Amino acid sequence: MSPMQTPGPQPASDVTMRSQTLPMQMAEENKPAGEQSKLSTKNLNFHYGAFQALHAISMQVYANRVTAFIGPSGCGKSTFLRTLNRMYETIRTARVDGEILLDTEDIFKLEVSELRRRVGMVFQRPNPFPKSIFDNIAYGPRINGSVSRSGIKDHVEQSLRRAALWDEVKDKLHDSAYGLSGGQQQRLCIARALAVNPEVLLLDEPCSSLDPIATAKIEDLIFQLKDSCTIVIVTHNMQQAARVADYTGFFLMGKLIEFDNTTVIFKNPAKKETEDYITGRFG
Amino acid sequence: MRHFEQELEQLKGKLLEMSALVEAAVQRSVAAVTQKDRSAAEQVLRDEARINALEMEIDEFAINLLATQQPLAADLRLVVAALKINTDLERMGDLSASIAQRAVSLLSEPVIQPMVDLRHISSLVESMVRKSLDAFVANDADMARSVLASDDAVDSLRTASYHELISFMEKDPRNIPQALDLIGITRSLERIADHSTNIAEDVLFLVKGIDVRHHAEARQ
Repeated sequence: MSPMQTPGPQPASDVTMRSQTLPMQMAEENKPAGEQSKLSTKNLNFHYGAFQALHAISMQVYANRVTAFIGPSGCGKSTFLRTLNRMYETIRTARVDGEILLDTEDIFKLEVSELRRRVGMVFQRPNPFPKSIFDNIAYGPRINGSVSRSGIKDHVEQSLRRAALWDEVKDKLHDSAYGLSGGQQQRLCIARALAVNPEVLLLDEPCSSLDPIATAKIEDLIFQLKDSCTIVIVTHNMQQAARVADYTGFFLMGKLIEFDNTTVIFKNPAKKETEDYITGRFG
Repeated sequence: MRHFEQELEQLKGKLLEMSALVEAAVQRSVAAVTQKDRSAAEQVLRDEARINALEMEIDEFAINLLATQQPLAADLRLVVAALKINTDLERMGDLSASIAQRAVSLLSEPVIQPMVDLRHISSLVESMVRKSLDAFVANDADMARSVLASDDAVDSLRTASYHELISFMEKDPRNIPQALDLIGITRSLERIADHSTNIAEDVLFLVKGIDVRHHAEARQ
């Protein structure tokens, strides 16, 4: 069954969702029934040197839901994703102000390694380590000592199963990860991220280099994973957002123009800019 | 204009052609009854084939657009509304043909009843048909709502007309065949009004993205 047929709980009304850009107290009060905030941002601004890439983003990512961000190239959606686990910090000119909470904790006060264990990330191009399939998965748990030496084998199997890759690789766990197909490598990267039991998984265009069959597998996987973690996905493929996401946000020129239930965004968006973008009449 | 937008315009164009044919069929079928106009009845029966062919053409065109273009937002609503309006228009064409057939059988009969009610109902139904299609052409939500408001009036006129025709039958059994035809015509007109209401509801979905069927708004 596709996620479009079983969207998350409906918002109490259109108005509640459309107030997401209001101050946080307001948004908090208007949270859709049954939703819990996993990540929330308040007046988040982001600069690359003099260029402001994000303007006062205030929004919430709900727990155990898939949230998609769409928008044209350069709109700030990937930048926004990268702020959520402070992945931008290697960029020297990057500057961020505003608030990001993971549950109730300020992410800027967390140890960055702790934050990234709790908020994992998978990138556009599969980037397995130049190691065996087994070692790719075992690497994280070994480093942070979260799994005992004797438990590591089971943990690798469990992570590969969660990423729907186990059956395809169980007989070649000690082969190089580079021998896998693109789609398998991407699921390996998801398994590697899952191996440290993250609470949130950030996916940055995870299917852009994959064929439709591999894409379908990843999308199915996303749908299954939301039982155990919260997923945020950036995608250029609007049909993909429509298929996998419970909530969708539209970014344009560094601003979050609209955020709502996915079916509302794709059936009857409130803002003309959103409508123009998703119907291809943009620009 | 992008290719896809041209295709959406084509879809709308085909639906407008269908609307014009159906609107004319409704008017002619009413004229065939109230003015005993045989040529109008025959024209309705001739046009039915074209309406049926257009129904299939529009369905195929719309399904191809869904399959190849994956329309979203207003485009999605247009294609979905087109599919539904198409079905309603074809049914209205069928009902007009049914009225035209009964009109032909009534041609040779003397009028047993001054057709005041029938004229009243038919002018109301014709106006609903016209308004629902104008609302579609102009994306006019207010006009669509005005169609919804007329549906109850047609229903009560139909009920009144039934009672009257039944009393005619009770007075003289020789009136029965003709009264049955008139009941059938009234019933068809009422159903045409129902299909116009459906179209008006689809226009509201198309323009506003809202679902007003089955008193959904009142329930909310």
